[in-house]
Amino acid sequence: MNARILGLAAFAACLAVPAIAAVALSDAAGSYTISPSGSSIRFTIGKAGGGGFDGAFGRFKGTIRIDNGDVGRSKVDLTIYPESVGTGQGRIDAFLRSDAVFDAANNPEIQFRSTSVTRTGDATALVTGRLTARGKTFPEKFTAELGGLKGGTIRFHVTGKVLRSRYGMDVGTPLYSNIVDFDMTLMGKRG
Amino acid sequence: MQSLTNTSARYGWAMIILHWLIGIVFIGQFALGFVMVRTTSQRASFELIQLHKSFGFLLLGLIILRIAWRLRNAAPALPASVGTLERRTAPLAHFALYVFQIALPLSGWALVSVSTLEIPTMPFDLFVMPNLPLAESDAAESFWSAAHWYLAYAGIALVALHIAAALRHHFLLRDSVLTRMITPSSGRE
Ligand code: HEM
Ligand code: HEM
Repeated sequence: MNARILGLAAFAACLAVPAIAAVALSDAAGSYTISPSGSSIRFTIGKAGGGGFDGAFGRFKGTIRIDNGDVGRSKVDLTIYPESVGTGQGRIDAFLRSDAVFDAANNPEIQFRSTSVTRTGDATALVTGRLTARGKTFPEKFTAELGGLKGGTIRFHVTGKVLRSRYGMDVGTPLYSNIVDFDMTLMGKRG
Repeated sequence: MQSLTNTSARYGWAMIILHWLIGIVFIGQFALGFVMVRTTSQRASFELIQLHKSFGFLLLGLIILRIAWRLRNAAPALPASVGTLERRTAPLAHFALYVFQIALPLSGWALVSVSTLEIPTMPFDLFVMPNLPLAESDAAESFWSAAHWYLAYAGIALVALHIAAALRHHFLLRDSVLTRMITPSSGRE
């Protein structure tokens, strides 16, 4: 019955919100290694005339450290291997890996090192850091939302926009937007 | 302006200007197409293909204008000295040149429309040119790519013949066939 399902959902929501809020510090504190199996790093680039194209990075590694008592001192390190980019269209993948975009042969890693983490809500934080790609480094901001903590596993949903032109990857503008929309799920395993 | 339109003996400025403008862009398009698919830098290749598409659409616009003008302006009669064979074949060759001028941009447009790469087209970054309503697939892309390729090479071969014929008229036959395509004043009976 609909009413009952709604009732259950509301009850679950009431439980979930304080649960995540309560989780936030003491329980979540610790070091996590990002596990590729439960994580994904996807991106979308808008196209002139509507629509866009989506892609994902298949290989990456990183760590998340949540400071006990002071979220602000938490840290996120993420390394992406651009060689592993996939869009479902082989010719586009080859183009992205080539010197037209990532130049993966000469720049095998894209790195993000957080410089500050600011709590913005019960389960959300703004992560600022330095992004390095193709030898260029710029400050970038991402929004992280705590998705859950179970056993020794923590899950974040991370979103943010990056201007690709700054990293020498402006090829194809304005046919393809300069803004790359990131949507990541990062699953960390304690230890 | 009197000399804008063709008369029975001479080409008018409109046909002359369109002929040379289109001639340069057409030959330039062939050169650009030839180079862009052989460029090793993927980035340069991508940018050159976008430029080739931009000029292709510019060409399509100029050619529509040219054909519209030509339909209302008969070509001048060939000088009396021109032989019967050429009198018969020259109009056919010119008709074929018009066919290539229309078929090349259209086949190029079809090619980008069916391409599974789905790369948008923005002539000179000015506006988004819609695709032709054709179903996209790898097979259709190979077909139109081959069609465009054959049309480009056949077209440039005919243009080479056309140029050779023009030069023959000017340097060997020494008639007014080339000069009357340069200025209306040289079109005398
Ligand atoms: C709307 C107009 C046009 C469009 C959109 C267009 C588009 C294209 C595209 C996308 C390619 C790449 C094909 C591939 O990679 O396989 C191409 C190749 C080429 N195009 Fe066009 N084109 C246009 C007009 C023309 C015209 C007018 C010419 C003049 C002759 C031309 C000559 C060529 C040549 C020579 C190639 C290279 C073929 C090769 O050697 O592999 N195109 N064109
Ligand atoms: C750049 C070298 C070129 C030269 C020297 C040249 C020369 C000429 C000359 C002398 C004529 C006049 C023929 C007459 O008096 O009856 C002519 C006509 C014509 N040319 Fe060219 N041409 C060149 C390039 C092209 C190109 C690249 C195209 C097409 C893609 C082209 C298409 C035509 C057409 C269609 C006509 C007939 C115009 C009409 O009467 O409707 N030409 N050309």
